[in-house]
Amino acid sequence: MTLRNDIAITPQLVADHGLKPDEYQKILDLIGREPTYTELGIFSAMWNEHCSYKSSKKWLRTLPTQGPRVIQGPGENAGVVDIGDGQAVVFKMESHNHPSFIEPYQGAATGVGGILRDVFTMGARPVAAMNALRFGAPEHEKTRHLVNGVVAGVGGYGNSFGVPTVGGEVEFDARYNGNILVNAFAAGLADTDKIFYSKAEGVGLPVVYLGAKTGRDGVGGATMASAEFGDDIEEKRPTVQVGDPFTEKRLLEACLELMATGAVIAIQDMGAAGLTCSAVEMGAKGDLGIELDLDKVPVREERMSAYEMMLSESQERMLMVLHPEKEAAARAVFEKWELDFATVGKTTDDLRFRVLWQGEEVANLPIKELGDEAPEYDRPWIEPKSPPALEADDVPQMDIAEALLRLIGGHQCSSRRWVYEQYDTLIQGNSIQRPGGDAGVIRVLGHDSKGLAFTSDVNPRYCEANPYEGGKQAVAECWRNLTATGAEPLAATDNLNFGNPERPEIMGQLVKAVGGIGDACRALDFPIVSGNVSLYNETNGRGILPTPTIGGVGLLPDWQKSVRIGFAAANQPILLIGGPAERGTHLGQSIYLRDLFDRRDGDAPHVDLAAEKKTGDFVRKLIRSGVATACHDLSDGGLGVALAEMAIAGGIGANIVDIEDHNPILQYFGEDQGRYLVTLNLDPQGDEIAALWNEAKSLGIEAPWIGTTGGTELILGKARAVSVAELTHAHESWFPSYMSA
Amino acid sequence: MKAAVLVFPGLNRDRDMIAALNKIGGTAPAVVWHQDADIPDVDLIVIPGGFSYGDYLRCGAIAARSPMMDKVRERAARGVKVLGVCNGFQILIEAGLLPGALMRNTSLKFVCREVKLEVTNTDNAFTSGYAKGQIIRCPVAHHDGNYFADTETLARLEGDGRVAFRYADGTNPNGSINDIAGILNAEKNVLGLMPHPENLIESAHGGDDGRALFATLLNKAA
Repeated sequence: MTLRNDIAITPQLVADHGLKPDEYQKILDLIGREPTYTELGIFSAMWNEHCSYKSSKKWLRTLPTQGPRVIQGPGENAGVVDIGDGQAVVFKMESHNHPSFIEPYQGAATGVGGILRDVFTMGARPVAAMNALRFGAPEHEKTRHLVNGVVAGVGGYGNSFGVPTVGGEVEFDARYNGNILVNAFAAGLADTDKIFYSKAEGVGLPVVYLGAKTGRDGVGGATMASAEFGDDIEEKRPTVQVGDPFTEKRLLEACLELMATGAVIAIQDMGAAGLTCSAVEMGAKGDLGIELDLDKVPVREERMSAYEMMLSESQERMLMVLHPEKEAAARAVFEKWELDFATVGKTTDDLRFRVLWQGEEVANLPIKELGDEAPEYDRPWIEPKSPPALEADDVPQMDIAEALLRLIGGHQCSSRRWVYEQYDTLIQGNSIQRPGGDAGVIRVLGHDSKGLAFTSDVNPRYCEANPYEGGKQAVAECWRNLTATGAEPLAATDNLNFGNPERPEIMGQLVKAVGGIGDACRALDFPIVSGNVSLYNETNGRGILPTPTIGGVGLLPDWQKSVRIGFAAANQPILLIGGPAERGTHLGQSIYLRDLFDRRDGDAPHVDLAAEKKTGDFVRKLIRSGVATACHDLSDGGLGVALAEMAIAGGIGANIVDIEDHNPILQYFGEDQGRYLVTLNLDPQGDEIAALWNEAKSLGIEAPWIGTTGGTELILGKARAVSVAELTHAHESWFPSYMSA
Repeated sequence: MKAAVLVFPGLNRDRDMIAALNKIGGTAPAVVWHQDADIPDVDLIVIPGGFSYGDYLRCGAIAARSPMMDKVRERAARGVKVLGVCNGFQILIEAGLLPGALMRNTSLKFVCREVKLEVTNTDNAFTSGYAKGQIIRCPVAHHDGNYFADTETLARLEGDGRVAFRYADGTNPNGSINDIAGILNAEKNVLGLMPHPENLIESAHGGDDGRALFATLLNKAA
């Protein structure tokens, strides 16, 4: 069946396209007539939440996006940050939540494909990938199936494409039962003078289509991703795209080869809303019109209508504006890689987006209004109410050793080896720190000593309780994880996952979380250079936990000086740097309460941004001075879990001395912020460590010597000693036994 | 000692292999595109890892039928050394240069981790830089590395000293029969192995146990 172009526009059809009556009225006012069926499709593709950011734009503008190293902030395919020596790191994080829930393998695979394409579209060869995955409760009937499919999909695409996965997150919570989150990150390296942008320049130049052929897959995908799920999601499966990493790998090589010839004026990958979005963006940014002739588009299905071609989300496709005199050379590159190459249109000077199909003009729309002048909303929002803080004496007790074993062997803190061993973590031969530590580290090819660190972080429990503090904490933890390797945090990308923004309480979460993110980024000199917003993560009216994932990139002048989380040797002093003198005080929203007592009460921990900066800078300096042998930040599960992770990673125990007169549960499981554990190759009685303590004291940073590495057991004060072997067994067992159950 | 690296579309460890040969041999290998007219005059031809033709149909099956592989077959017959790693191993098997089959891992999952390898035989041009029985570290990264051969073939491989590497210390990651990780042809000038020695050649990789393989082939000190 072929869809015709003269289908009558009814209110129902408008609603089916996700356009509200006032938005449709805006279309009528804009073009002065009823849109054609194809035009309605184009508007729905451009004006949906996913492509237009219409609910979030107002708030995204408040984020800091500039910095001395920032070459390109948000608004392009990816952010670009200078790393010196004429090189830049190009990176972005993007969600593929809705498709991954409907079809986990292909949804996740094409999420990876999309983010890789964003990076190499800018002229950068991808060098690192991460993915932040959030699933429903482990006991939910769909969870195991979704974990299997998503992990296989991420691996299936990334491994074949040939990029190392260096980090990421996996979390479970019942609030994701109906909407899982798949946030994919990619980073690439480019020369600062060879960055490619999407802004078209020049009139009458060829618009060239490259890559794979267009099919009917993904038609309406971006619109689907801008709506809540109901019980009919099975019917939405055809809106999910199918990935082909083999084509993507060829597209990468062909694009980089083509860019080296100097033929490319502008380039834009076809992601959400495919041909429509890429053509409109190139034209609108360059203040040019675009004319497309759909009869020239390479197709792999017969009798495709203009509507279907404009809305197809077939993968592995690119649109470029080329220098006409280099068109033949460009074609030769694509023929070598056996990819389609077709001139499908031209740039014009009339600011119109015109689409021809079988000799007929099926769309003629104002390009600026479609693109950068799409509708924008100031949606009503209400101030989120945080739960009351826990009472000071509300500290449910449990045997420390037992609690530690249950946490380290539970779904939140257990090893993610089952996941990351399905990803190629060492391809390209530059992986210095692979998954399992605080951040992934790679060395920079073409430089003697330089390295880059990558991490992605957010604590949705904190964001739910207190969106502002949670937003701050996500940024701070990301910054902290980079610092813990010795890296200088450069910049970040944000992937904001929330529920339905038309509900004022959800909008309130978004507003406050973005406020927290902005404040933390300003305080930590950590600008946001790219990002993505995923709203309507709701099923039957119940939203996900607010999840603003932060992906961060840090720079190491010398990767040989980076440290890992594992204890490196016996008889080394362990310092707890940062936080309160009592070591731990805050149990609200902790993993201890949630996973051992099924309690989700109390407020989120407060992040003191000035202390965060001061402490991090101190720790980084220590690492770079060469006296630190291991470093790990404290996060879920506090001091106890962090110590256990260091012991497990290093295969070495430790003996920790409690402080008197303070509840050990708070000491070991409180989730106070801004803290690191550092081991030193210094004599604890010597002058050097005394100088270090003096410096910490003058800065007002707590840095107590809490214990010493060594032995085969982890001894937390007066608690029962636990062997490292037993901790390791608990840590490594949860995931494989869950997945094989 | 001159080397060439063959590249089929979809291979993705070509850059890792080129870097290893360059770093250890001191000169960059020739890079041969699958549509090139011929392979230059070299002593060693390497087919690196990856996903040639997407591993669609069957791993290595499409590349193995490329005209370029006829040229590899001719060179091998003339005694030129041929090394296939991971997808390269799969291609050599599909091309009939090595016996047996590489099936899906028993876990049915892609696996990327470090394993232990026993250098089972050293009387060949590839592994003579190691001691016989030496245990080395080496990473693997594959979905289809489960080696299988019929009883007769297996007996011949074992009897003729054609098993070059075996997974050791219980680290077989894929279910390979007899823990086989790498095998030689009858003339011992063709080696195929699933693990990636090219990803363990320097301190940045956390070890250099893979180095001796290339050093031997390139006549360099390890």
